[in-house]
Amino acid sequence: MDVPRLPEFDDVVLEVKDLVTVVTVAGKEVRLVDRVSLALRRGHTTAIVGESGSGKTMTAMSLLRLLEPPVRVASGTVRYLGQDLLALTERQMADVRGARIAMVFQDPLTSLNPVLRIGFQIAETLRAHRKMTRAEAEHRAVELLRRVGVPDPETRAMDYPHHFSGGMRQRVLIASAISCDPEVIIADEPTTALDVTVQAKILHLLDDLRQETKASLLLITHDLGVVAAMADDVAVMYAGRVVEQADVDTLFHAPRHPYTRALLTCAINLEDDRHSVLEPIPGAPPDPAQRPSGCPFHPRCPDAVPDCRRIDPPLEAVSRRQSVACIVVQRAMADA
Amino acid sequence: MQPDTAHAGTRSENRFRAESGAPALTAASRRGWRIAAFARDRAAFAAALFLLLIAGLALLAPFISPYDPAAADNLLRYAPPGTAGHLLGTDAQGRDMLSRLFWGGRVSLTVGVVPVMLASAVGLLLGLLAGTAGGWTDQVIMRTLDVLFAFPMVLLAIAIAGVLRPGLWTEIIAIAVVLIPYVGRLARTATLSVASMPFIEAARAAGATRTALLLRYVTPGVLPPLLVYATTLIGLMIVVGSGLSFLGLGVQPPASDWGAMVSEGRVVLRRAPHATVLPGLVIVVVSLAFSFLGDGLRDALDPRSRRR
Repeated sequence: MDVPRLPEFDDVVLEVKDLVTVVTVAGKEVRLVDRVSLALRRGHTTAIVGESGSGKTMTAMSLLRLLEPPVRVASGTVRYLGQDLLALTERQMADVRGARIAMVFQDPLTSLNPVLRIGFQIAETLRAHRKMTRAEAEHRAVELLRRVGVPDPETRAMDYPHHFSGGMRQRVLIASAISCDPEVIIADEPTTALDVTVQAKILHLLDDLRQETKASLLLITHDLGVVAAMADDVAVMYAGRVVEQADVDTLFHAPRHPYTRALLTCAINLEDDRHSVLEPIPGAPPDPAQRPSGCPFHPRCPDAVPDCRRIDPPLEAVSRRQSVACIVVQRAMADA
Repeated sequence: MQPDTAHAGTRSENRFRAESGAPALTAASRRGWRIAAFARDRAAFAAALFLLLIAGLALLAPFISPYDPAAADNLLRYAPPGTAGHLLGTDAQGRDMLSRLFWGGRVSLTVGVVPVMLASAVGLLLGLLAGTAGGWTDQVIMRTLDVLFAFPMVLLAIAIAGVLRPGLWTEIIAIAVVLIPYVGRLARTATLSVASMPFIEAARAAGATRTALLLRYVTPGVLPPLLVYATTLIGLMIVVGSGLSFLGLGVQPPASDWGAMVSEGRVVLRRAPHATVLPGLVIVVVSLAFSFLGDGLRDALDPRSRRR
């Protein structure tokens, strides 16, 4: 298979190739992540967009090897600075998690231990990876809290998670994530559980930190507005597959895959002052256990041709900046 | 969210507020602060003081008992409380009730506390193991405990105590074995519920090893409910221990615990009710105190329940 590569991948920190993650249900293997390839560039933001159940979170969890049976990575490679993470021992992997690749979870309400003080929890991450005394780590925790915009951090470090609002808790999680200067930060729907007014602040904070630390940000979201504002590269996922991959400008201005185009049509365009009717995509994403034959999107696709039912299209480069997994598009490009 | 009111009392102990870069307050102050929270709970605090007093009296029994607890005075039987020289009267054999209560406390408290501690340690280990390992390990441990569970608590204790030679240690071992399934099951349930919390996954994603997760994240979440449960069990086990003595499977005469005193006094209930009622009251009050202590500990250990 022709591995699609993003343009200008001068300095790739994390490279995922043909990642397949399966869950075993009643003796049958069901693919949750299907041959996903990604390349995170240093200091850039890569977004994974897709509906619920499209495999976004599963991809992230696979990268960090956080999966628990019966879910497992079946094949593929995850290279962090050339080293295959899937080949590491669990012990070595624990050293990578949090220190080199950190993760910010979706739900800040439950991602913090309710019975431990905030400062202690951040210090705990530091102490897991750095040779630090408790006093040093807690001192650093206060600095981190200040950096992520928690007011009066000395006092707040002594508080428990339930003393914090949702936005503040997410700041705490971010402080914890950046505590060991990771090179990759995975943010899984970091603003979904937050008030709209707080979302922008958290996104700005993540963006600032990325620029400041030159870390790569892998942003998982279903919000195209967030993608447009934050991302450099975008991968669109559907039914466990990456169906289109491009830089953000190309994706928004010249989407090729019918699914991407449909997604963009059903996003609200605020600049459009006409009372435009939102166009939903007919049907629902397939159950991973009952994936349609051929292209997984063909039952909902407006452009489907008979061959779509047969051929599972590979992700192929259609230009220097764009890869698409759609035989209709690929054929049209070949004809042109 | 009311951080200001909720934490007005803790500001002075803020170990994060060290300008020198060396936060001074450590585990000791954290403990001190929890004790302070606990002391605010009047009932629990009173219960703790009361239990300390009782334990002190039992411990000092050889020095403060006015009489030998086994010395019978045949001329002064059934003496009611208030009799000169015998503050709480004497029993059917003319033995001093006060001295017997002091000495009986040593046995009763030992039988209440030691088996619960043993069972808690074993139960915690088994519960953690079953809850985190899952699969076969879990099945083997839990099904074994289920077998123990199937027997009524006291009946099993009687069986164990009956097989071994009656005595204090037999009683302790019998009660400990009986309690292991109860504690183990609680520990396993608590382990499962804590282990499935998203913050555990978050901690894993932050690089915590399995051992660190177990020791620093799961166990601290399992300990508070276990401690609370154990505390209430102590009260209950004093009663169960008394029951075993009552049946003659515990400490042997002339040594006795509070339960044995109730048992002996029962025969002369009409003639000298105090010989039964006094040790019975002591059992009730001490058991209640352990319950209050358990409730207070639960509130003090859970930071979310602190609302004052």
